[in-house]
Amino acid sequence: MKSVRNHLSLVIALLSILFSMQVFFIVERAIDAYKINLSQNYSVIAVSKKEVSVDEFKKINSIISNSQEISPDSVIKRLSSDMKSTNIELLKLTLPKFYKLSLGYYPSPQEVKKLRDNLLENSSITKVEDFSHNHDTVYKLLLLFKNVVSLFSIVVLVVTVLLIFKELRIWQYKHNERMSIMGLFGAALWLRSAVLFRLSIVDALIASFLSIGVFAYLSSYPWIIEQFRSIGIDVVIFNPIDDSLIIVGVAISISIILASLIVVGHKEEA
Amino acid sequence: MDKVIIAKDLSLAYSNNETIINKANFSINSADFVFITGASGSGKSTLLKSLFGGLKLKQGSLVVGGVELGNISRSRLNFLRRHIGIVFQDYKLVKEWNIDKNIMLPLLINGYVKSVAQNQVDKLLKHVRLNHQTGKYPLELSGGEQQRVAMARALAHNPILILADEPTGNLDEYSSGLIWNLLEGANEQLKTTVIVVTHNIPKTLNVNYKHFHIEYGSIHEVC
Repeated sequence: MKSVRNHLSLVIALLSILFSMQVFFIVERAIDAYKINLSQNYSVIAVSKKEVSVDEFKKINSIISNSQEISPDSVIKRLSSDMKSTNIELLKLTLPKFYKLSLGYYPSPQEVKKLRDNLLENSSITKVEDFSHNHDTVYKLLLLFKNVVSLFSIVVLVVTVLLIFKELRIWQYKHNERMSIMGLFGAALWLRSAVLFRLSIVDALIASFLSIGVFAYLSSYPWIIEQFRSIGIDVVIFNPIDDSLIIVGVAISISIILASLIVVGHKEEA
Repeated sequence: MDKVIIAKDLSLAYSNNETIINKANFSINSADFVFITGASGSGKSTLLKSLFGGLKLKQGSLVVGGVELGNISRSRLNFLRRHIGIVFQDYKLVKEWNIDKNIMLPLLINGYVKSVAQNQVDKLLKHVRLNHQTGKYPLELSGGEQQRVAMARALAHNPILILADEPTGNLDEYSSGLIWNLLEGANEQLKTTVIVVTHNIPKTLNVNYKHFHIEYGSIHEVC
């Protein structure tokens, strides 16, 4: 029972770090997926005196991924009832070209402004509509969400680090006596620290497998998948290979640093 | 006769630089049984501590088992300690290990295979009359039994030197008698050099022994 309690204290501290880290990854992925979703729905309208090709638009600003000419037919149709067909053709020739510009990713407000300026620098482009007000609101909301999650992760990290340092002091006290006794009989440093490293690696593996299990379960939990689908995004909640490697790597690194600090801080008593 | 310990102008001090042992000269032969006595705070335990490299020398030279302890490297010190058995008044057993593992410790440090070490542990448990307690943890035993475990651990790797700091200080008469018998046995049968720091030399001892007394920082042999 005592041994389980000894393991639990570090396992719980590691679990909270791994959980906050994975939640941060999920939020990052969700925001990225949502940005892609937004970029697909967001476009800029440019009005030009003459025809501009896709490549010319891309040269103006590399954020532009595609351009599509908007047909003036729908506007002309509304006017056509009172006009002769020859006049309609004439009107078509005099009307400027309207382009819908698709972007490679969801830009920041600064990038939108820069894109607008770049487009207007071109002599043939006379007007640009970037819907910046709507864009700014959505972008700021995203930014706020991301900052709140980052702040939450930092708070969890700080609290957990404090927890781990408290744990470190308990471990130092607990292991110092054994390490000193082993030293009295001539045990080399690696042998004196072996138990400590073995314990910390076992705890790291327990914490890793627990969090891998929980996130693997959550990634297939219908309610969670549904929540992301409802906002039109498809997020990888848990990547079995990459995320597992990161979780195991982080947990083992923290444990080894903890054990090394104890070994370095060990003062031999006699 | 081989000298196991040679001290020349040996001075010892703690970090506050107050000299505890001042320019001591003495030597101890192989298979000697030695008592070190002195009043409380005279420096008995400090001297013993210096013999296993637990304290840096302030001045002079101290050779233990052919190894000079002045400015000794950590690996050389570990090598020396693998040939010394130590017994303390407070036993210094690893509480989270059972007594078998505690006794096995010096054998594992010396590179014995676990099965061989376990055989040796079984013999030692019989020798210290604790074979019925195998598998138990130190805190499940009485003080006398814990000290016998510490004795078994000190004897396990057949050391050239046993250092004992007040080994019977906390024990009743019966347990003390058993500890003295074990130390005598190691000295007589295995020819191990035994150095004991104590307040009182037992009167019932059957071995010839040397007696060093420490007073005001000086060590002198009592004839």
